[in-house]
Amino acid sequence: MSSTRFSGTDRYVATDDLMMAVNAAVTLGRPLLVKGEPGTGKTQLAEEVALALSRPFLQWHIKSTTKAQQGLYEYDAVSRLRDSQLGDERVHDIANYIVKGKLWEAFTTDVQPVLLIDEIDKADIEFPNDLLHELDRMEFFVYETRQVVKARHRPIIIITSNNEKELPDAFLRRCFFHYIRFPDKETMERIVNVHYPNLKKRLLSEALEAFFEIRDVPGLKKRPSTSELLDWIKLLVAEDIPPEALRGDQHKLIPPLYGALLKNEQDVHLFEKLLFMSKRKRD
Amino acid sequence: MMTEFFLRLRKAGVPVTLTEFLTLLEALSQRVTAHSIEEFYYLARAALVKDERHYDRFDQVFGSHFKGLETLFDEIIGAKVPLEWLHKLAELTLSEEDKQLIESLGGWEKLMETFAQRMAEQEGRHQGGSKWIGTAGTSPFGAYGYNPEGIRIGQDVSRHRRAVKVWDRREFRNFDDTVELGTRNIKIALRRLRRFAREGAAQELDLDDTIQSTARNAGYLELKMVPERHNAVKVLLFLDVGGSMDDHIQECEELFSAARSEFKHLEYFYFHNMVYEGVWKDNRRRFNEKTDTMTVLNTFGQDYKLILVGDATMSPYEITYPGGSVEHFNAEAGHIWLSRLLRAYPNAIWLNPVWPNRWSHIPSVQIVRDMMGERMYPLTLEGLEQGIRALQRAR
Repeated sequence: MSSTRFSGTDRYVATDDLMMAVNAAVTLGRPLLVKGEPGTGKTQLAEEVALALSRPFLQWHIKSTTKAQQGLYEYDAVSRLRDSQLGDERVHDIANYIVKGKLWEAFTTDVQPVLLIDEIDKADIEFPNDLLHELDRMEFFVYETRQVVKARHRPIIIITSNNEKELPDAFLRRCFFHYIRFPDKETMERIVNVHYPNLKKRLLSEALEAFFEIRDVPGLKKRPSTSELLDWIKLLVAEDIPPEALRGDQHKLIPPLYGALLKNEQDVHLFEKLLFMSKRKRD
Repeated sequence: MMTEFFLRLRKAGVPVTLTEFLTLLEALSQRVTAHSIEEFYYLARAALVKDERHYDRFDQVFGSHFKGLETLFDEIIGAKVPLEWLHKLAELTLSEEDKQLIESLGGWEKLMETFAQRMAEQEGRHQGGSKWIGTAGTSPFGAYGYNPEGIRIGQDVSRHRRAVKVWDRREFRNFDDTVELGTRNIKIALRRLRRFAREGAAQELDLDDTIQSTARNAGYLELKMVPERHNAVKVLLFLDVGGSMDDHIQECEELFSAARSEFKHLEYFYFHNMVYEGVWKDNRRRFNEKTDTMTVLNTFGQDYKLILVGDATMSPYEITYPGGSVEHFNAEAGHIWLSRLLRAYPNAIWLNPVWPNRWSHIPSVQIVRDMMGERMYPLTLEGLEQGIRALQRAR
């Protein structure tokens, strides 16, 4: 039992509630639906779970044009047509033209795999409904070859969503759900530590200070996220910016290399304006 | 105990179903949780709540329903902290003086009893709770540093964050969709608009499917058509500015910028309190660059959907009488103009930033609401959603 418990990895900091959700989903063999602000590590979670439990990792990335059927299998009728024109022998067996989808792959691996269904909300509204039965019973029917594909091991399925569409209730009922909150300062410190273990303590605390200050600016169009913080710190280290540069004139200067944190000109402008105002107030 | 919890959740408006409840029970019977109420809380939340907007409601029900559960939980799981353990800990950490003080308070058993009592009281008050036990110099609990977590020894890493229980912190309050729009929430609202903008019916040739079907059909051409996906929605946005709307500037700005990025065909105009014969596009030049409302009516066709945003809070005369406007002399009463608009654009809603529970106290809101045929919605996520749904229904 203990080997199937997930408790974060040395690259990924998981909070208690996240661990609980993952473990419950793994134990009961239900899909886990993960939502949260962009850049809080939703996609990475699945990879890390696979790594921690040493399971094969399969990723099914969803786009607006993805159909549920593509996850199961596709019948490549066009190649069959071409083959028939060329008089290829393969044309007589329809099974030659059945292309396996990610779900099929996940159903037939030797050990229980981790399957990531990434950004499910990008797809058509009917998409989750079309997968209900497959996720529930972990089997499906291939019409062309009259064959039932059944999971050898119920895969650990992790589904991410960015909340662009509401998911159907019937689908939600079958999942565990977890909302990844934006990490607080303490968790954030742990996260940065995991990524940059040799970071100077002062630089880290100054950087976090500046980061949370920016996040708190009301009215930002896009608030910086964890992954942006990590990028920024990487730049700070690469440029060898001293911690003093972040702190000293916090109220006068926009932080160095701010481009990693603020991603559009209105936000930069807003931030500059606020700094200007706070400076004037102090003078 | 659990069934009642389930029922209370439903009553509080968390959409829990029986399947989900059974999942939770299954997880419990499979021993997914170890020994702590926190873990149980996390498990219950993951199994029962499927939307972060309901987290806050869940927290509230959980908090009130499982109050005092720690002890119960301890009994069930059998992880009760033995008294000797506490004694031992006390030996290690307390000075002789402290121990004497404990004795004077009636010994350990008494102390723990008082402690439990105080905990219960504290939760009853809800706010400032963590302070109560922590700071008071005279309180035995503060003095010895026994916060609630202190009793559950050696279980968790980040103890100091937990002086207040997770669910009592109610960190997800902002996600509840009955709360007014916020900077983050508006983005979700915006997506609601997008979904609605994607609909529309037209026929176009589906090239891929035609090829596929032809191939399947052994080479005989078979045409396939699909409905076109396009942004067919046209929106006419009328925003109330100035006066009593000053309190709601932020919500309106957020809504406006969201709508601007979502609709290809968006026309917006400003008005003050009520729509009269003139509206304007630029607030700075509102007095010299007015557009005739009649021109607006004639320019934009019936396929536009009309969204009026305003608090509808004014003197009733501004609606019912000619000359009632506070800014100028209007030859025709406001209600005439509003009904003209509604006739021209049968698909219309009114979004009101004022909280709905105050609507019935303001006569002008009542009048406008009647005129709108009840299609007035609060400017919250939930209201916006209802409004959009009303717009989608063809009238």
